[in-house]
Amino acid sequence: MGVKVGVLALQGDVAEHIGAFREALADRSGSSVAAVRRAEDLAGLDALAIPGGESTTISRLIGKNGMYEPLAEFAGGVFATCAGMVLSADRVDDPRVRTLNLIPMHVARNAFGRQVDSREALLDVAGLTEPFRAIFIRAPVATDVGSGVEVLARIPEGIVAVRSGRHMAFAFHPELGGDLRLHRMFLEGLGV
Amino acid sequence: MKLEELRFGTELIKRGFASMQKGGVIMDVVNAEQAELAEEAGAVAVMALERVPADIRAAGGVARMADPQKIVEIIDAVSIPVMGKARIGHFVEAQILEALGVDMVDESEVLTPADEQFHIDKAHFSVPFVCGARNLGEALRRINEGAAMIRTKGEAGTGNVVEAVRHMRAIMGGIRALKGMDSQELADRAREIEAPVELVIECANLGRLPVVNFSAGGIATPADAALMMQLGADGVFVGSGIFKSADPETTARAIVEAVNHYDDPKVIGEVSKGLGEAMKGLDVHMLREEEVLQTRGR
Repeated sequence: MGVKVGVLALQGDVAEHIGAFREALADRSGSSVAAVRRAEDLAGLDALAIPGGESTTISRLIGKNGMYEPLAEFAGGVFATCAGMVLSADRVDDPRVRTLNLIPMHVARNAFGRQVDSREALLDVAGLTEPFRAIFIRAPVATDVGSGVEVLARIPEGIVAVRSGRHMAFAFHPELGGDLRLHRMFLEGLGV
Repeated sequence: MKLEELRFGTELIKRGFASMQKGGVIMDVVNAEQAELAEEAGAVAVMALERVPADIRAAGGVARMADPQKIVEIIDAVSIPVMGKARIGHFVEAQILEALGVDMVDESEVLTPADEQFHIDKAHFSVPFVCGARNLGEALRRINEGAAMIRTKGEAGTGNVVEAVRHMRAIMGGIRALKGMDSQELADRAREIEAPVELVIECANLGRLPVVNFSAGGIATPADAALMMQLGADGVFVGSGIFKSADPETTARAIVEAVNHYDDPKVIGEVSKGLGEAMKGLDVHMLREEEVLQTRGR
């Protein structure tokens, strides 16, 4: 059966998420990947990607566009990267970001420093047999997670990949490197 | 994590940083207070400057990198990325900006060029660069030097969108014209526009530039910003247009929303109501040759 994926398209690397999910779903007929710009675009979706971008900007646009409640109550699985990880948390170290409370965890923004501290690293992720080349760009980390949240990867700075029910969140950008193993893991976990 | 496998400043990281800015507004600011206002209004990044381009124009003389003290104040004031401008070819200004911790360097024609032959060899830096371009050839030469992001030049500090439109149409039209060309024709076009053939072929295959392409230079109103988005920009830089307007805070918020809803005229109309006077602006045809910034660095 096909999977219907939406990508929150308010700001950030939306096209990269759409491209990665289209590729990951290329062999599943009846699937679709579409941009979500309004609350009504969420209807009928099995999954929602919340992209990388600036979490302060995206948070402000969620409020302006009347999307806070519909997103916080989204019934499908959420695939969140970088700024998306910040937004999906229930606590953050910045009052300008209103989190969606989808995953019980505390997140710190810009945990690595400036852009020159952004890095690629080979990361061991629970559930993958080979390491994943993770691309961290002004990335956040989770500093603690609530009960029921599985930590999939951790580095000295903090927790960088988690799973909570059907939701997954990453401090890095699986949508950028061309490696779709984490997308596939997420799609399998949806149970569609 | 395998520490020996850590890599910094790769092409993927630099271009990835630019991708995170897409759909956003990058605002020129000259102090911490303006930077905070920009962040509050929903800017994705700020450009830390000594003066906005309209004032650089008015002041005349040699325009250089901003005082590092000012850049550090702005970096400390906000959590969004901070960009800084270096003169074309002035790789030491770029080294200083990188050492100060700016997140992206703009090698900018708005400042007085330091080298009339060579741009900065940007591939050697860890910090990503954005460069201006007026057409496809310029854009691809800058990408070949290592630029991770392109912005159309427009004519900075004029509040007049006409040059921004001209340059965006030139780049988008230049890419559309590659469609359907065979390999000999692509090689011929590459020679004609003085760009590396590999990059011309990449554009032909992608149907767009291989890096993010923003619009800059003359955007003064929410409608201007939405116009550039509809013409194909991935986002916009607004320089003098915000802090030279009657109500910077409202104008900043309105431009952020106009970029978000660039294809919805109702929303753009709504946010444009009662903004007061936009910056006065200049007719670019009245500029003397030496006052034109866009011809710097080709």
